Amino acid sequence: MNGERRTVTVDNRTSLLDLVREHFGLTGTKKGCDAGACGACTVLVDGHRVNGCLTLAVRLDGAEVITIEGLSRDELHPLQQAFIDQDAFQCGFCTPGQIMSGVGCIRERHTGSASEIREWMSGNICRCGCYVKIVKAVQQAAKGR
Amino acid sequence: MFPFTYTKAADTRAAVAAGQRGGRFIAGGTTLVDLMRETVERPDTVVDISGLPLGEITTTRSGGVRIGALVRMSDAAADRRVRNTFPVISQALELSASAQLRNMATIGGNIMQRTRCTYFRDVSAACNKRAPGSGCAALEGFNRSHAILGGSSQCVATHPSDVAVAFAALEASVHLLGPDGERGVPFTEFLLRPGNTPEREHALRPGELITAVEIPAHPRPLRSGYLKVRDRQSYEFALTSAAVALHLGGGVVRAAKVAAGGVGTVPWKLTAVEQRLLGERPSDRLWTAAAAVAADDAEPLAHNEFKVELLKRTVERQLRVVGGTR
Amino acid sequence: MTRQPNRQPQKAVGTPQSRVDGRLKVTGQATYAADHDVTGVAYGVMVDATVGRGRITGVDTRAALDQPGVRAVLHHGNAPRLPYVDNPGSNNPPGERLRVFQDDRVRFFGQPVAVVVADTLEAAQHAASLVTVTYAAEPPSTDLTTAPADEPQRYARGDAEAAWAAAPVKLDLAFRFSRNHHNPMEPHATIARWEGDTLTLWDKTQWVVGGTQQELASVFGIPQQSVRVISPFVGGAFGSGLRAWPHVTVAALAARVTGRPVKLVLSRRQLYFGTGHRPAYTYALKLGSDRRGRLAASIQDIRAETSSYETFTEAVMGPGHMMYRTPNVRQAYATVPLDVNTPIWMRGPGYATGAHVVECAMDELAHELGVDPIELRLRNEPETDESSGLPFSSRRLRECLATGAREFGWHRRNPAPRSTRDGDWLVGTGMAAAVYDFGRAPAQAHARINADGTALVQAATSDMGPGTYTSMPQVAADALGLTMTTVEFRLGDSLMPPTPPHGGSMTMASVGSAVQDACDKVRRQAITLAVNDARSPLHRVNPDDVVVRDGRMHVKNDPTRGETYRQLLGRNQRDHLEVIGSWGPPEQSRYSMHAFGAVFTEVAVDDRLGLVRVRRMLGVYDAGRIINPKLADSQALGGMVGGIGQALLEHTVTDARDGRIVNANLADYLVPVNADIPDLRAIYLDGGNDQNADPIGVKGLGEVVIVGVAAAITNAVFHATGRRIRELPITAEALL
Repeated sequence: MNGERRTVTVDNRTSLLDLVREHFGLTGTKKGCDAGACGACTVLVDGHRVNGCLTLAVRLDGAEVITIEGLSRDELHPLQQAFIDQDAFQCGFCTPGQIMSGVGCIRERHTGSASEIREWMSGNICRCGCYVKIVKAVQQAAKGR
Repeated sequence: MFPFTYTKAADTRAAVAAGQRGGRFIAGGTTLVDLMRETVERPDTVVDISGLPLGEITTTRSGGVRIGALVRMSDAAADRRVRNTFPVISQALELSASAQLRNMATIGGNIMQRTRCTYFRDVSAACNKRAPGSGCAALEGFNRSHAILGGSSQCVATHPSDVAVAFAALEASVHLLGPDGERGVPFTEFLLRPGNTPEREHALRPGELITAVEIPAHPRPLRSGYLKVRDRQSYEFALTSAAVALHLGGGVVRAAKVAAGGVGTVPWKLTAVEQRLLGERPSDRLWTAAAAVAADDAEPLAHNEFKVELLKRTVERQLRVVGGTR
Repeated sequence: MTRQPNRQPQKAVGTPQSRVDGRLKVTGQATYAADHDVTGVAYGVMVDATVGRGRITGVDTRAALDQPGVRAVLHHGNAPRLPYVDNPGSNNPPGERLRVFQDDRVRFFGQPVAVVVADTLEAAQHAASLVTVTYAAEPPSTDLTTAPADEPQRYARGDAEAAWAAAPVKLDLAFRFSRNHHNPMEPHATIARWEGDTLTLWDKTQWVVGGTQQELASVFGIPQQSVRVISPFVGGAFGSGLRAWPHVTVAALAARVTGRPVKLVLSRRQLYFGTGHRPAYTYALKLGSDRRGRLAASIQDIRAETSSYETFTEAVMGPGHMMYRTPNVRQAYATVPLDVNTPIWMRGPGYATGAHVVECAMDELAHELGVDPIELRLRNEPETDESSGLPFSSRRLRECLATGAREFGWHRRNPAPRSTRDGDWLVGTGMAAAVYDFGRAPAQAHARINADGTALVQAATSDMGPGTYTSMPQVAADALGLTMTTVEFRLGDSLMPPTPPHGGSMTMASVGSAVQDACDKVRRQAITLAVNDARSPLHRVNPDDVVVRDGRMHVKNDPTRGETYRQLLGRNQRDHLEVIGSWGPPEQSRYSMHAFGAVFTEVAVDDRLGLVRVRRMLGVYDAGRIINPKLADSQALGGMVGGIGQALLEHTVTDARDGRIVNANLADYLVPVNADIPDLRAIYLDGGNDQNADPIGVKGLGEVVIVGVAAAITNAVFHATGRRIRELPITAEALL
């Protein structure tokens, strides 16, 4: 978990999302729908972006999980900085999920054009409607890669 | 979510044995966990099969492709062999769900995913599929997303998968491992229409595990593609969809493989459309004529009458996209 | 408004600042309601009615209580009686509030009927599914078109019927609007904790003091000061947080009974039943004009859903009686009580509905007459607000239209429908004007200059996304003569000075003006202290001649003569200087105050497949002074995205048999995703500064940016296809 080995005993039913929020106090990862329909809970598991709400924590024995809290230490990750520069958020609630998804999108190299980014970032709903700037932020960070 | 016992299968034999004892297999978990949270699914035992060696994609001796049941949707879509041989599969996969869900969900799980019927997903509503004998709230309820083909008086829920439509078109088969060994089932016989037993959705016997989906070789060059029509441009299930594969030779259609999604209680193989195409010279007129029979058996409901015409147009459009404008 | 003689230089206001809370938000450190770490918290999960109307005949809690970790199950049969003292404030509409767990009545499908409290979330969720509630169900009334209506509100000027009968050109149009849900990404959530008779709530709310604090005090019959509301971050709301909904009471009640702090987070599904919605409407319009398009008559019959227990209304009549010069107008606006939960304002309330009708009708009239739609609007531009007789505080709609037409390339358009094709796509362009009657209300703010020369400004307002955390310190920094980095602004706590609801586009105007007042006053306090201090270089200088820059007070025409706040406070051994400032609009307004805009869009329609895709959109706005162009741009683009959803996707579907909302989730209630949104562009007119509206010259912009978007799209769809669609959203089936 964010570079640290964590041992925890949880209910079988606990999702990765509830594990990080309710057991580890890492509340940066958000619950928007709890059904895989909004992307607010996006985290990286073994390097891949996934929905934390549909991942049972008990299945992650030995896995590497990165949440928004583990993305950077003192200096912001380039995509975090790009979100600030481009004003790619308003209320900020979907933002951790957008950023983790954007990190995945850049790693997957689906940043060839604005329309490619739009499609591959469509698993993250932003109700404030910051999509134009989210695309710009992903482009900014992908360029510096 | 109801409490359950969680076990991890050490090998396929152990998985089958656990399945025989009533355990539910979990791979990507994107459908099962979601439905368990809604209390639609209440398994006593969940058997994690993600460690099993079913994650390979191989080319078969005859030139087909075999996709292991545990291959992630994202990996299957990106695979060079799949992309080159059967673009319709890659496209169907990449038009499904979201990047995150495709990173989790597997091919086996995808074809096993359960309907998005809102009444099925809501345990306070009547649903014969979820609670046999309770009735079907969709028949007289809001049924815009429901089936116009293959429904019964018991159930009109659509099968939600996209890639299953491509598998149906390409006449894939499903490889199974059970207590009595291996067997293969043609894809079009694997998923079942509701009839009087809408709770029975597939041909799996107790304990049987999907090991792979195999797409047979088709005459080459095979052009193929998938069209998905939906309200939203991404991250939505299909209103209608069409998987089309064509082999043209000597100026005529030599092979035609066509199926539709979003319209049937199972992925809907459009045999009549295929028959209409065979041996004919490709032309816009042919595409229109062939697509015209796509919805001949349709029985629309109060809110999905539009799908009858939309299905024909979806098929027509995709025949033209794949076969070319002439 | 008279200018102060020593008006401060404006260095921060008007500049594109990044969000000061940006780092917290991109690192996941911003604490939304459910993120607060409250020791000993238990989890509450509500059980909802599964019938649309009727009575509860039994609640069987045995299986739930048998679950390990379950502390209590509360329902109408065992919950304590609550005073529910009358509270006409807190945005409670006329009627009787839903009193949770106080009786056996079910008024709508999804109404909370019980709550389970358990040590873990998993146990609470599971136990909630084990509570068995039985009902004597009655058929609910959910059909807006057939149910009996209340006595309508009416507006009339002239003789609309006669003028319509005599008009040479007539339109008779019927529009329908689906119910929409706000669907903020953050579900509503409350953590409630009692200490004796004092209640603390960490809550998602758009109204900390007048809303949640006042309402919960009235529900529990305790003094308002006995309720503390903490709400530093709001993950979107768009209106859904303008009331304290029943679940807030449920959380507080559960905490009271169990003696534990209780955290209650609504499920996505519960948001559809429990936090209001933009009501469904039918809106019939008869429009009459002369042959040149000058409007003569407008007759409007409006029906909107409300609940059976409260009468919710909004300003839907506004656009229909003030937007264009029309001598004869008659309007009737009737609410129709249905077995649904009470609606609430949603972004662009009333106007996003009413202006849609007006702007689509103007497009139809323009086409009928063969007049360019912009020209038609110019021909009907009013001199004053004909509904009130008042002059507009400012109305630059002509400039919005002209700038928009130029930047969009409007005049290159072939006006004939179906005139442009791009492969399978028919391409069309459309436009609409936008208007919103922005709110203003009394607000207070507290400003403090610290001994170290920094400042702290506070007000109990919210920031659901517009950037209150950033725009307020911009105003404060200029008024105090400080840099942005030395001013801290805090919000979202009922201990802070009260402010109006964070909605209706009134925060910047109202709270911003209060912040300015507080900062002006505390700056003058510092200057007064200096000029009366014999040891100060400013001793005996006329205070009106002193300005402050970068924390240093100096004589305006002699920058060498002065000293810093820090020096002044240190020498005088003052810990700080502080003031509570305030602002409120005059009781009798001398102006009609509206923000205006013009929206232009290009859409592509695949009419064979029933698809509409927005290709580009431009909005031009007259929103007064723009405090932060960077954030204002985001807000405008977000409004367009909301409007695209309203136009093409959003539709709450009710099953008439039992009142069940069948698409109460984000996979079936569609909101735009990234792939739906093309390049969008917003322009704010230069030089905006509406001093008739408020001291800081802003008009509010959060609402006007969604108004007209759906109309522009609808008009563009007509231009592309030749089909008039008068129902929102525009669906595939409507286009096939």
